[in-house]
Amino acid sequence: MTEYNFAYLDEQTKRMIRRAILKGLAIPGYQVPFASREMPMPYGWGTGGVQISAATLTPEDTFKVIDQGADDTTNAVSIRKFFEHTANVATTTKTAEATVIQTRHRIPEDPLTDEQILVYQVPIPEPLRFLEPRETETRKMHALEDYGLMHVKLYEDISRHGHIATAYAYPVRIEERYVMDPSPTPKFDNPKMEMAAIQLFGAGREQRIYALPPYTKVVSLDFEDHPFDPSKAPHPCALCNAEDAYLDEVITDDEGARMFVCSDTDYCEARREAGHVGKDAI
Amino acid sequence: MSLQVLDGGMTSPATDAAFAFRALMNVMARPGQIEQISQATGPAPLSTAAATVLLTLCDADTRLYLAPSFQTNEIQDWLAFHTGAPMSDPDEAVFALGHWAELLPLHRFPVGTPEYPDRSTTLIVEMDDLSQTGAILRGPGIQTQTALNLPDKQAFQDNAKAFPLGLDFIFTSDQSVAALPRTTEVS
Repeated sequence: MTEYNFAYLDEQTKRMIRRAILKGLAIPGYQVPFASREMPMPYGWGTGGVQISAATLTPEDTFKVIDQGADDTTNAVSIRKFFEHTANVATTTKTAEATVIQTRHRIPEDPLTDEQILVYQVPIPEPLRFLEPRETETRKMHALEDYGLMHVKLYEDISRHGHIATAYAYPVRIEERYVMDPSPTPKFDNPKMEMAAIQLFGAGREQRIYALPPYTKVVSLDFEDHPFDPSKAPHPCALCNAEDAYLDEVITDDEGARMFVCSDTDYCEARREAGHVGKDAI
Repeated sequence: MSLQVLDGGMTSPATDAAFAFRALMNVMARPGQIEQISQATGPAPLSTAAATVLLTLCDADTRLYLAPSFQTNEIQDWLAFHTGAPMSDPDEAVFALGHWAELLPLHRFPVGTPEYPDRSTTLIVEMDDLSQTGAILRGPGIQTQTALNLPDKQAFQDNAKAFPLGLDFIFTSDQSVAALPRTTEVS
C-alpha cells in the first residue's frame, strides 16, 4: 500500500482524467481525448476502465469487476486485486453492494441505482471506425452529424441476412446527437443504458473517455420496418431458470451437448440461493 | 512568502481530491443537485467550495481566468503555490472564476469547436447561496425535472442552443457546489 499513491495513478494524471470525465458528462456520447498512461497490464486488458476507476474511486467505495458478466474470470480477478492492493478499497461480487462497478462488455441484470457508477472497458470507442478508418474523417462526420454511413451498414445487414445481424457493439444515438459505441456489450443490454447510475467509458489504447449522465436518452439505431430487437437465446437459464437474463452457451461434452446459463454470475447465484432451480442444476 | 499562502491546501491530497471529485462528478452528472465540499480553504473572498474545485481540477496544464474581484495577490499567490495554474485571459481559459456579473459577457470564453466541443471553458460561478428553487431544469442527468437558483435564464438558454458547443458551469457558495452542463434545458 505504501509503495503507491492512492489508486496507483499520480495526482496530475488523475486530474487530467477527471477533467475529461466532466467534459464527457457535459457532452454525452462525445469521445473526449485524454493522455492515456501506461498501466501495469497490457492494452486490451481494460487499461481505459482501470484509469477511470483509479480517478473515480474513494477509500469508502466498494468495488466490483465483471468480465462478460462473471466476477471470477482472469481479467476481473486481476483488476479487483489491483485496486485492493493500490487503493485498499473493499471489493464485492454482489451487484447491490457495489458502489463502483467496472465492466467488460455486460451490464448487470439487477437495475443499478443512483448510488452506483458503471465503468466500461472499451476496445474501439469509435462506432464509425470500421466504416471509415481515418480519425480526421470520423471526427468530421461526428461534427457534421453525418451518420448516413452507419444506416447504410445496418441496411446492408438487412439486405444480406434479412435482419440487422449486428449482435454486439450495436450503435446507439445519444440525446438525438452523437452516435456512440456502447462498447461490445450484447445488444440485449442496450435498453438498460437509460439508467439511474452514471456510466463512464474508457478506451486506454485509443485514448478516449466518454460518459452518460443518469437518465440520458439512449436510442438503438434501427428502421421503421426493422425495429430494434434486443434478442437473446430463447431458453431459460439451465441453472437458475431465469427467463429474463442474458445467457451464455456452454458446450458440455464432445457430442455437441450444451447448456445455456446466465452470463451474470452474481444474478444467477442469488437466484439459486433464493431457491430457483433450472433443469441442469445439481 | 507569507504563511497564509501555504495554508488551506488539502491535508491528504490523494483521498481529499478523490472525495471532492466524486461530489463534482455527481453534480455535473445530475444538474441541480447540491453537494458539500470543504477539502480546501483559500484566501477571501474565495469560498471553501470554489477553493476545493480549483485544487481538485486545476494544475499547470489548465489556464485560469480570475475575474477582477478575485485578482488579488493573496489568491494569485495561493493558487500559484497549490496548483501552478497559469493565469490567462478569458479567450484562452480552461477554467474561469468569478461572480456572475463580472464573468459577463460570456462570448469572451471559448465554446469549443465542432470537432472538439470539449475545448471549452468551465466557469466557476461564486454565488451568495445555492438552493433548488427558481429556474426549472430538464435534460440528461435529470429524471423528470428539478430546479436551481440560477443567476440568469436567457444566458443558459442561449448556451444550450449551441449544443454540442457551449460552456459548462459550476456554482459555488460557502461549502455548497452545483453544476449546469450545456445540455440542460432551462425554463
